[in-house]
Formats: sequence, C-alpha cells, structure tokens
Amino acid sequence: MKDAYDILVIGGGPGGAMAARTAAEKGLSVCLVEKRPAIGAPVRCAEGIGKELLQEFISPDPRWISAEIDSAKIIVPDGTSLQLDPQFAGNEVGYILDRKIFDRELVWKAAEAGSDVQVKTRAVAPILENGTVKGARLEFCGKVKDVTAPVTIAADGVESKFARWCGIDTTIPIRELATCAQYLLTDIDIEPHTTVFFLGNTIAPEGYIWVFPKGERSANVGIGISPRCCGPGRRPKDYLDRFVADHFPRGKPIECIVGGVPVCKPLQTTVADGLMVVGDAARVSDPLTGGGIYNTMFTGKLAAEVAASCIAQGDCGCEALSVYDKEWRKSKMGKAIERNYKIKEFFITLSDEKLNALVKSISHINLKEFSTFTLVRELITRNPKLLLELKALKDSIS
Amino acid sequence: MRLTIHREICGYCGACVSVCPEGALELIDAYLEVDEKCISCGICTKACPLGALEVDHEGRL
Repeated sequence: MKDAYDILVIGGGPGGAMAARTAAEKGLSVCLVEKRPAIGAPVRCAEGIGKELLQEFISPDPRWISAEIDSAKIIVPDGTSLQLDPQFAGNEVGYILDRKIFDRELVWKAAEAGSDVQVKTRAVAPILENGTVKGARLEFCGKVKDVTAPVTIAADGVESKFARWCGIDTTIPIRELATCAQYLLTDIDIEPHTTVFFLGNTIAPEGYIWVFPKGERSANVGIGISPRCCGPGRRPKDYLDRFVADHFPRGKPIECIVGGVPVCKPLQTTVADGLMVVGDAARVSDPLTGGGIYNTMFTGKLAAEVAASCIAQGDCGCEALSVYDKEWRKSKMGKAIERNYKIKEFFITLSDEKLNALVKSISHINLKEFSTFTLVRELITRNPKLLLELKALKDSIS
Repeated sequence: MRLTIHREICGYCGACVSVCPEGALELIDAYLEVDEKCISCGICTKACPLGALEVDHEGRL
C-alpha cells in the first residue's frame, strides 16, 4: 500500500470492487480497503439478481451462480398465489449467486486491472483539509497509516460510517430499515428454479419472507420486516423460525445470517468535496424488494467513471463530482428507486384481507404483457373498493 | 440507563449502526463498539434482528 493514490475505495463488496476495477481500467492508481479479513464473508444477502442486469457488468460464470431462476411466485395469507415470469418479477430473479465466490471474483478483477487491495484494513477517520476529503486514516493489524487521494469512494455498506464522518447524515429512519434474518436451508423440498415470496402481516409485518433456491434441495430462506413490529419474541429470527417450522420442519440450516437493508430514500446527497458514496452506504438499495447488488455495482462503476474525468480535469470538488449524483438519480435505476419507494409505502398499508383480494383479482390473468403501471391500472379496474388508495398509487408512479 | 450489548446473541450485522442517530455505534469486523456519544435512546434495540441490544426503557419508544 502506497501513501497516495488517485482513488481510495473504502469497502470490498460489489460496489467497491466495481469502483476499483473501473478506476484501474481507466489507468488511475487505486487502492481498495476492506475491514474484514476476507472478501465475500460474511454474506449479508439473499443473493438474487436479474440476468440482464448482471450481464451489464460481468459474464455469468457457473462458479458463482448457485441457481438459475425462471419464475417467481407471490403467496398471500389465504394461500392464493401469483406466478410471475422473470421479466415481470423485476430485478430480483434470474440468478441466485454465491456471493462468497462472486465478491472475490469482482475484487480479483479489480486487482487484475491494477488496483491495490488490502483486507483487515479499516478506515478510522477521513483526512480533512478545509472541509475537503483528502483520503483516510487506515488501521491494519494495530498499525495506523494515512493514505491520501483526491477522491475517496465510500462503499462501506449498510453500517457505513465514513460519509457520516465527512458530514453527510446517513442515519436510516428506524421505520425505513428492513431488519432481516436468513437461513441457508438444505435437504428441503422446493421448486429449484422458482423464487417464492410470502406476504402477510402475521408472518412478515411490512415485509416478506423469501425462498431463493441455491440448488435442487437447498435455498436461502429469509425474512425482512419493519422494526416497528419487533419486540421480545417478535424479532426477525423469531418470525423466521416459526415459518421454517411450518414449511420446512426437516430443513437443516448450514448458515444463519442477519442484517439490515435500507428501504428508505437514497441519501440527500451522495457527493462532497473529494467524496463519493455508493451502494448500500448511499442507501440506493431497492426500497420495495430490498435488492441491492445491481444498484451498488451500477453506482460503484458510475462513481469511478465520474471520478476519473474529474481527476483528469483537476477538479474533485463537490460540484464537479455531483455529475455522479445527478446521473444515477436520472438513470433507470434512480427512477426505479423513486417509483418503488412509493409502491412500498402503499404496500405496507395493506391489511391481509386487502392483500388477498388484490392478488386474487389478478391471479388468473396473463401477466407477461404487464408493466408495473399497467398492473396497477388492472388492479384498479378489478378492485373498485380500493379505488381511492390505488388511484393515489397510480398517480404517484405515473 | 445504558446500552447493553449481549455479545453471545449479536450477529455483528451492523443494522443497529445504520439507525443510530448519534453515530455512537461502530462495527469493527465481528465486534460492535459503542462509544460515549450513546444517549441510550433505544432505537438500535428495535433494529436488531436478534434482540442482542437492550436499554432500560425499550418499551417507551
């Protein structure tokens, strides 16, 4: 590790890896630091990503693809199910990855492109000069070292502290965090190419339970819910344990993980003088689904591209870097976040009865031809009693 | 009144860090650290997927 780079990347997940790789490919000197001792572990993810979305960044490789998904199913409290083809189900089906291998592949690619990589190395403070971020103080194995860079990219995930230290408020409002638990269950009967989403206020208040296949007889079975509904005996793990006892009583967990997923609006600003924030740290995960792999890769890559041109022009101030902020907000991803935030806000108000009625009303029609917008229109015509609520939703996303 | 971290329960996921209004929590690999900025507001106890965090007045939130 040198004393100075063009770009310093904090965090070795998919966002940081894409940023480091992109910067290195543009000929910049770059260092990626990861606080954990190993890239890819522990996994904090349900591991789903859309096929086409993934292929924007990397060719699929069976070494890090656990399962291919060709349909998704939504099941509401009364047992009615709605089968969706992957195009309609959105970005969260297609592949179920093996993030342990996938994340390593991405960091390898960054290293191959020329990026330095340091693990077990934690940013403990930004280096600030007159309010401008000039790099970070790093700590590794008891040693402390200052590394300077005209641009620092904070890709430090949901538990991000770096942007906060630089003056950006990153606090997630408590009602807008999905608190999650997940088992990797083996020896269970599943449909190995279908993702299943269970909805309902009794089983997963303001959230859902997912079953994402990891193989013929294993799956990520997890839950994300609102902290508002949590308390002793009503934590995500408690809800999940009840679900597993009901649905997969003979399943054997080979992994138990927990985590938080931002389902809030993205940060007000994702740039400052000398600083860019990407991925979960920027709160750009999808507020409806909680999916974040694509969004973090997209923002990581875009941040490095903008940083490269700012460095070339010798201006890495907030104004110059804000091209990144503007670009992602007006991108397809940015628009989807905005729309899905509104859909989520509607969705969490639904009682089980309304959920049942809505899904029942469209469970027998062919959804292949539908967009989110036409789906809502269809729901309105079929659910006159819910007209007011649905109309508001339709107006907000149109 | 103070925050207790039940380390035998903690899954070191960092969910609590993201909701702390004071920036008092930090996840250092598998170790959750709380510093003097903690005001024992209890918000983090709600975010924890496992119930590893506790303050005296969680019920008042």
